[in-house]
Amino acid sequence: MRVRISNDAVAMACGGEAVAAAFAAAGCAVERVSGWGMHWLEPLVEIEGAKGWTGFGPVAPGDVPAILAGTSALGIGAVAEHPFITAQTRLTFMRAGRIRPLSLDDYAGTGGWQGLARARSLAPAEVVAAVIQSGLRGRGGAGFPAGIKWQKVANAFGGSAAGARKFIVCNADEGDSGTFADRMVMEGDPFALIEGMAIAAHAVGAGAGYIYLRSEYPHAIATMRAAIALAAERIAPFSVELRVGAGAYVCGEETALLNSIEGKRGVVRAKPPLPALQGLFGCPTVVNNVLTLAAVSHILREGGAADYAALGVGRSKGTMPVQLGGNIARGGLVEVPFGITLGELIHDFGGGTASGRPVKAAQVGGPLGAYMPPDQFHLPLDYEAFTAADALIGHAGVVVFDDTADMGRLARFAMEFCAVESCGKCTPCRIGSTRGVELIDRIRAGSTVDALASQPQIRNAPKAAPSRAADIALLEDLCDTMRGASLCALGGFTPYPVLSALKHWPEDFGGDFGA
Amino acid sequence: MDSPSHLAEILAAHAGREGALLPILHDVQAAFGCVTGEAEAAIAEALNLSRAEVHGVVSFYHDFRETADPRPHLQICRAEACQARGVEALMAAAQQAAGTRVALEAVYCLGLCAAGPAARVVGADVGEALHARLDAGSLTRLIEGL
Ligand SMILES: Cc1cc2nc3c(=O)[nH]c(=O)nc-3n(C[C@H](O)[C@H](O)[C@H](O)COP(=O)(O)O)c2cc1C
Ligand code: SF4
Ligand code: FES
Repeated sequence: MRVRISNDAVAMACGGEAVAAAFAAAGCAVERVSGWGMHWLEPLVEIEGAKGWTGFGPVAPGDVPAILAGTSALGIGAVAEHPFITAQTRLTFMRAGRIRPLSLDDYAGTGGWQGLARARSLAPAEVVAAVIQSGLRGRGGAGFPAGIKWQKVANAFGGSAAGARKFIVCNADEGDSGTFADRMVMEGDPFALIEGMAIAAHAVGAGAGYIYLRSEYPHAIATMRAAIALAAERIAPFSVELRVGAGAYVCGEETALLNSIEGKRGVVRAKPPLPALQGLFGCPTVVNNVLTLAAVSHILREGGAADYAALGVGRSKGTMPVQLGGNIARGGLVEVPFGITLGELIHDFGGGTASGRPVKAAQVGGPLGAYMPPDQFHLPLDYEAFTAADALIGHAGVVVFDDTADMGRLARFAMEFCAVESCGKCTPCRIGSTRGVELIDRIRAGSTVDALASQPQIRNAPKAAPSRAADIALLEDLCDTMRGASLCALGGFTPYPVLSALKHWPEDFGGDFGA
Repeated sequence: MDSPSHLAEILAAHAGREGALLPILHDVQAAFGCVTGEAEAAIAEALNLSRAEVHGVVSFYHDFRETADPRPHLQICRAEACQARGVEALMAAAQQAAGTRVALEAVYCLGLCAAGPAARVVGADVGEALHARLDAGSLTRLIEGL
C-alpha cells in the first residue's frame, strides 16, 4: 500500500519520522511529500485506496494498525477536498502537499520551469513589464511593487549591462514570529523559488544569486542545498549560492542582510544609496522575499500576470499566503486573494482559539505589528486599509491570543525584543527600547519612585512618585521618538505593538487605569 | 584539539570566496564549539582583515560563542505565538529539569507557530532537531534525554 507523509518541519517536529517508520515496518511504500499546511493535523498521512487518497491526522505510531485496518477515527476524507483547502486560492502554494519536494520530475510535471522558459523567450524589459502588470508587491514586509524594483536594477548603469555585475538576493531570513510560509516554500517547493530567482536574473541581467536563510531552519537549509545542486544545470548560466544566517533578527532588514552576506556585522545601512543601485558588494541588487520570488514563477507562465492582477482588492493584487498561528484551533497556511477579513481568517479558516476560550487579540505582521482587538476583525486584508488603521500586514503572520493573554506583558516583550535585536546604529532604538522596558515595568508596578532617580546624586530628577498619567505620556513620547527617528522599522515599528496594547487594553498595564 | 591544522583546512576550503567570513565562522563554530581569540587572529590573517573586525562580527551574532560550552544546548521558542500557546508556564519546570547540565537558550521563532510550544536541539541531526506541541511532561523528557 502507498502512503504519503509530509517532510515539512512541523510534521517532523510532531513525530512524523516515527510514523513514517511505523508504516514502513508494516510493509507500506512510504513517500515523503511536501506539507499541505494543515498544521493542526500533522503528522498528516495519506493512504492510497480504491477511491483515491484518504487523509488521516494527527497520527501517532500507535494509530498505524487501525488506519491500515480501516477502523481509525482519524480520517478526514480526501485532503484536496477538505474545506480548509478548497476555500483557498493556492497559486504560490499550488504544489503544497502534492509533490515530492526534491523530485525534478514532479516539478516539471506540475508546470515547473514554464515561467522560466517563457521569460527567457521574452526580452528582459517584457519580463519586468509582466511583473509590473501583475501588481505583485513585496511579500517581505514593506509591500513595495516588485516590478518597479526590478526596473531600477535593470536600468542601473543606464541599462548597459556590459561587464557590470548585478545580483539577485533572496531574503529567506523569515525572522517574524508567527510566520512560516517562506519555510514551507523552501521545504516543500524549493524549485519554485529557484525558478523565480532565475527569472529575476534574466529580467535585470544578473549573473549570480544568493539565498540568505536563517540558521533556525535546519530542514529548509538541507532541502534548499539539495535543490540548488539539482537545479544548477537547469538555471545555468545563472547560479545560486546558499548563505546561512547566524541568529540575528535584524539581518532580515535588507541592507543588514547584504552586510551579513559580505561578512560584516549585520548593521543597517542608511538609504540612499538604494540596494537596487548599490547593493551587494556595491553592485545593483534585487532583494526580494521568498514568497515574492516564488510568485514570479507562476506569474511568468502564459496568462499568469493577468490572472494574478485579476485577484485582490485596490492596490493589493493577487494572493497572500497568510499564516495562522498561536492559540488557534486550525493553524497553518491559508493562501487567499487580498480582501478577506481578519475575522474570516481567524474564525472561518482557523476555527477560533485552540483553548476554546474567546479571542482577545491578534497580532498581525510579526513582532513589529499592532495588536488588534476583535472589533477590528472586519478589516480587509489590504495594505492600504491596514496602514490607515495603524496596523501592518507585513509577512502576513496572524498570531491569535485568548482572553488569558496579558497585553501589558506582551507590550513589554515587544520593547525587550527590540532591545535584544537592535543593531545598535541609532539611539532611539538602541537606548529607547531599554528605557521603554523600564518604563512599562514602572507603570505596571504602579508608577513608584525610581530607585536610581531618588538618589541624592541625581539632582535634577523628580523625587516624588510620577503619576500614572505622566508615565503613560512619557511612554507615548518615547514611542513617538522611536517612530520618527529610527533608521529602520525595528526601532520605528516597535511602538505599534506597544501603543496598540496600551490603547485597547489599558487595564492590563496595572495600576489605577481608570484614573 | 588538532585545531591549527583543522582550522587551516577550513580556511583553505573557503579561499577566494567572496564574503567568506560568516561561512568560515559557521564551520569553525561547528568544528570547535566556539570561535576563540586564536581562531579570530588566524581568520583575520587569512582574509586580510584586522582582528577587531573579525571579533566585531563574532560578537554581533547570537550563533557564535567565544568559549566552548560542551553541554547540550536546547533553544526554546519564547516568541509571541509560542507565548500564546503557553510556553512561559513551562519554563520553571524546564529550568528545574535542565539544572546546570543542559543549557537552555531563548530563540525567537522556529517557524512552528501553529504547533507551539516549540524547541530546537542545537547541533542535532536534522531529523532530531525540532520538537513541537511541547507540554510540561514532554519538555521535561526532552531535556532529560539530551
Ligand atoms: C527589522 C526588519 C526585519 C525584516 N525581516 C525580514 C525578513 O525576515 N524577511 C523579509 O523578506 N523581509 C524582511 N524585512 C524587509 C526587508 O527589509 C525588505 O523590505 C524585503 O526583503 C524586500 O523584499 P520584498 O520587496 O520582496 O518584500 C525586514 C525589515 C526589517 C526592518
Ligand atoms: S532602528 Fe534599531 S535596528 Fe534599525 S538601524 Fe536603528 S538601531 Fe539598527
Ligand atoms: S513563535 Fe514559536 S515557533 Fe514561531
